[in-house]
Amino acid sequence: MTLLRLEDLSVTFPVARRGAWPWEAPDLLRAVTDVSLEVAAGETLGLVGESGSGKSTLARAVIGTIPASSGRVLWEGQDLAALSAGRRRRHRAEVQMVFQDPLAALNPRMTVGRAIAEPLQTHEPDASRDERRRRVGEVMEKVGLSPKLMDRYPHEFSGGQCQRVGIARALVLNPRLIVADEPVSALDVSVQAQVVNLMKRLVKDMGISLIFIAHDLSVVRNVSDRIAVMYLGRLMEVGPARPLIAAPAHPYTRALVEAVPVPDPARGAVRAAGLVEGDIPSPLSPPSGCVFRTRCPRARPDCADAPPALRPVRETEAACIHPIAEAAHA
Amino acid sequence: MPLLEIDDLAVTFATPGGDVRAVDGVSLSVDEGGATAVVGESGSGKSQTAFSVLGLLAKNGRATGAVRWDGEDILNAPDRRLRTLRGEEIGIIFQDPMTSLNPFMRVGSQLAEALTEHRGVSRREAEREAGRMLDAVRIPDAKARLRQYPHEFSGGMRQRVMIAMALLNRPRLLIADEPTTALDVTVQAQIMELLADLRREFGMALLLITHDLGIVAGACEETVVMYGGRVMEKGPTADLFAAPTHPYTVGLLAAVPRIDGDGDLAAIPGDPPDMSRPLPGCPFTPRCPLAHAPCPTVRPPMDGRRACHAPVPDVRALAARLAPEAAE
Repeated sequence: MTLLRLEDLSVTFPVARRGAWPWEAPDLLRAVTDVSLEVAAGETLGLVGESGSGKSTLARAVIGTIPASSGRVLWEGQDLAALSAGRRRRHRAEVQMVFQDPLAALNPRMTVGRAIAEPLQTHEPDASRDERRRRVGEVMEKVGLSPKLMDRYPHEFSGGQCQRVGIARALVLNPRLIVADEPVSALDVSVQAQVVNLMKRLVKDMGISLIFIAHDLSVVRNVSDRIAVMYLGRLMEVGPARPLIAAPAHPYTRALVEAVPVPDPARGAVRAAGLVEGDIPSPLSPPSGCVFRTRCPRARPDCADAPPALRPVRETEAACIHPIAEAAHA
Repeated sequence: MPLLEIDDLAVTFATPGGDVRAVDGVSLSVDEGGATAVVGESGSGKSQTAFSVLGLLAKNGRATGAVRWDGEDILNAPDRRLRTLRGEEIGIIFQDPMTSLNPFMRVGSQLAEALTEHRGVSRREAEREAGRMLDAVRIPDAKARLRQYPHEFSGGMRQRVMIAMALLNRPRLLIADEPTTALDVTVQAQIMELLADLRREFGMALLLITHDLGIVAGACEETVVMYGGRVMEKGPTADLFAAPTHPYTVGLLAAVPRIDGDGDLAAIPGDPPDMSRPLPGCPFTPRCPLAHAPCPTVRPPMDGRRACHAPVPDVRALAARLAPEAAE
């Protein structure tokens, strides 16, 4: 069953040009352009892209804190922008977010127990104090924190523990979708693995859908059923995690795969072959046609003509008119 | 004789809550033209180790032991000597290139300053050399770029500028402290390749400080793994990756998410050590699956490659258990 569906979603921000007169029209920064995606109930979708790819803006459009400039966000088939006040309130409880910097996401003067209970107070104000404490204790146990720590403050916790608090807070309302924006990139490698495994287990056990956003393809691969690759606000490739990484159809996906450092001295040098040149262009003036063409090793003149639509290539869908034909990458 | 030799280095910070020992008995070396990586997580003491080499410790920090540069002890050397060393013999690049560049100064002038300051060359000659160096770090249209300000450069280009600046005086050693952590993965790959090229072109040695085992694998011949201020294991990178002999190295390797791997990640349970309350024994004890009687109280000596009480066969068995596919 489709829980969330994005239909040609675009999000633009007006940006005042330097030195422009107040009556002049501002430039438009296209953060997200024509993205169509689906997330099924219980599914984990990995969303990858480099900085400026629009992945965080997309997340905020999904949770409803940034309105769509055009296109629609459909929650259980209903347009988010047209929900009744009561339904919108329910949507806010059903979709929860986990942030990158766990310490910054918590109020330093609030005990972690209160931080976790806060969403309950907002959405279930009738619950008694005891009921709230019970639910907070339960959810703390789920994320591997002792309920005895309820009355401690965030600064007494390590980064990994703070992220567990952040996850508990997202879970306490029994949401149907969690949007996690770079939830492990601020953590040490040894702790990262703990948090990744925890999230994987929780969403599976509780049947929650998860949008896992990261710049690191190897982390995303580990948690996701499907992966969506974004670049400069557009979707480059979508498909099941395994084939998308093993045999990417889009040159950008391949570039991302090749760029991931492999902790194996024998392979370090071999992979440099597929390196992409240069940096991501400005979203204020994206290239015409395919936005990746300025850095694409396979670009041809016709790539500048029109932005390619997603179309099936083998097991994934890729927005590329010259997709990688063979499963060249082992 | 190694180019840089760190011998039994200890760094202690005086804090209101008492002394904190950030680095404790670290020894490592970098050969002329060689590359050594220091790998560790936050709080491992890897950056403080590099800072003490350069005399850049914070004011409340005190370093003991020895740091030999080409045979000369430079630990706590006079400021004048350290300044020359940093400007002319050892280049440095840091994680965040934006905070290391002056936002109000044209990139060309900043680069030229490094030359006029240390070499006493004319301004014009310095600017010409700066242009050549931007070329060397593969910045397109180098001459026009010299006239721009740092904010007009992207993150990856800024890091190239930093590298160009560090290389201007043709240092014999480049210390790179998390040089790619703030960069996107495609740009990280470019910068690592650039560093490898430049090492070859300039015959320069590299001391790479990083948390990322992945970038170490392709970049350095020697690796030192640190945890809680101590060296856990060190040796040729190939050996260390293929057959780690310390439980922490084993755990770290298994915890790295791999693009070519599958299944659950093998997490290391527990949290990084609290440096203000160090254990008398091995700092990894609370998280170590092989910890036994002497570990929390008796400090394991460094026997050539590793500092660990557990027998090597036990560590190998642990590695096989955590990465069954690697054992095949």
